[in-house]
Amino acid sequence: MIPDFFINLVYIVSCMLFAFGLKMLGSPVSARRGNLLSALGMLLAVVATLLSQKIITFQWILIGLILGSVFGILVALKAAMTQMPEMVALLHGCGGLASVFVDWSAYHVKPVSDMVTTVALYLSILIGGITFTGSIVAWGKLSEKLPGKSILFAGQRILNTLVFAGVVIVGGLFLHTPQTYSFFLIILALSLFLGILLVIPIGGADMPVVISVLNSYSGLVACTTGFVIHNNLLIVVGSLVGANGIILSRIMCKAMNRSLLNVLFGGFGAVVKKKTDGTKKEVKPISVADAQLILESAKSVVIIPGYGLAVAQAQHAVRELSKILEENGCDVKFAIHPVAGRMPGHMNVLLAEANIPYDQLVEMDAINPLMETVDVAIVIGANDVVNPASRYDKSSPIYGMPIINADKARTVFVLKRSMATGFAGIENELFYYDNTRMLFGDAKQTLQALVAEFKSGH
Amino acid sequence: MDPLIYLLFILALSIFLGFALISKVPPLLHTPLMSEANAISGITVVGALIAAGSEIHSVLTIALGTFAVALATFNVVGGYCVTERMLKMFKKKESK
Repeated sequence: MIPDFFINLVYIVSCMLFAFGLKMLGSPVSARRGNLLSALGMLLAVVATLLSQKIITFQWILIGLILGSVFGILVALKAAMTQMPEMVALLHGCGGLASVFVDWSAYHVKPVSDMVTTVALYLSILIGGITFTGSIVAWGKLSEKLPGKSILFAGQRILNTLVFAGVVIVGGLFLHTPQTYSFFLIILALSLFLGILLVIPIGGADMPVVISVLNSYSGLVACTTGFVIHNNLLIVVGSLVGANGIILSRIMCKAMNRSLLNVLFGGFGAVVKKKTDGTKKEVKPISVADAQLILESAKSVVIIPGYGLAVAQAQHAVRELSKILEENGCDVKFAIHPVAGRMPGHMNVLLAEANIPYDQLVEMDAINPLMETVDVAIVIGANDVVNPASRYDKSSPIYGMPIINADKARTVFVLKRSMATGFAGIENELFYYDNTRMLFGDAKQTLQALVAEFKSGH
Repeated sequence: MDPLIYLLFILALSIFLGFALISKVPPLLHTPLMSEANAISGITVVGALIAAGSEIHSVLTIALGTFAVALATFNVVGGYCVTERMLKMFKKKESK
């Protein structure tokens, strides 16, 4: 058995490894080593804890460790890259629930403590409960086990307010008499309920923000649990993760030009349908053969993918097209909007999976100044992120949202199944521009047809 | 010094460290960043181990401790595994 002093020294090493791991995520070259270092830090922390004097029995620990590891590995290896958001949501939920159990156990052993520990316990149960049920609802929505649309019902606001008030009032009573077990249980139950209430009204398009916020919560709950059991490792790591979630939520909100409060409590579904201005606008369809001719003479092509690309399973087809274009002497880049996909950075992962080198993936801010020099912009399964109305049309719900300037390219191809509107249900005027040509049909089939056309021509 | 002040000190500095480190991660890697951060947040496993391994208090604490260890381990192992799977896919263009 090792004295606490040495165990805390190991914890310090763990913290440093976690910090280095995150730092090495700053570049795709070192990121893998970073992840490994971070995992090593975790292993050290676990081993050191197992050697501490506090641990007397091992059989329950062993059962837990084996169960968790087996399921963790199985689920992680099975998940498809398109399922990453729901996988992460599920992991958030489990982490949150684990913290709640740790707090509960600590409370059960020692109900009365100093004021700060009690406050930390209260916050921990509250955030942990919300993280658990909120993540499970998010997981259900993302994996389409629950309806992805925002669920609204009469009296929702009133119910939310009542539950929230309940949490605050019982929380006050709990701080006053922490030994009352029923207060503890009521707070736990209300928090779990609150998690469901907070996430069900949020629609599918806003899921990147929800996941980021839940990520932040999962950090915060580790942090507050650190205060409950007086463990500084939990506090350090919890703050790192909390900061991570906050930064990512901010980036996502900025990319949608909405405030965090608006996303979480706004109910985006209630957008006023814009009246059409009477004049019937016409889109200009183009055949695959004609599109191939234009692409063949293009010197630079920018492909703008949206989540529709992943829905159509067209990542590999788009990779083939980009390869053929490059062999033809064309410069091909992929312009990635921050909210393309279902979680921050999701589109990059989907394209990397299709073997598209990451130096071809360009951020929105880097590509926009160059768009005017681009011969062809190909929009695949994206809609709102290329809608020029966001620049000037104050009546548009996406007014002010930063977009990829696809319309500035000399020619724009839009691959689209039909003329249906995007996530937000907004008409996209890009489709009616003079330099826009529509390639109707399934994205994967259209891309494969383009590739076949190239191959037969040579 | 009150140990609580100590913990608050740590809290404040860690938040700064978090912001400094994470704002340098490019959007390219935001998904693996989130899954790795998620794996790290499974650090609660340390608390879970203590809860499950301390002297037996009651059936409830054993159950809570064991479940906490299982859930937190799931979080940690699953998180690091998916992160590794994703990072493995990011390749630079091979030079011709």
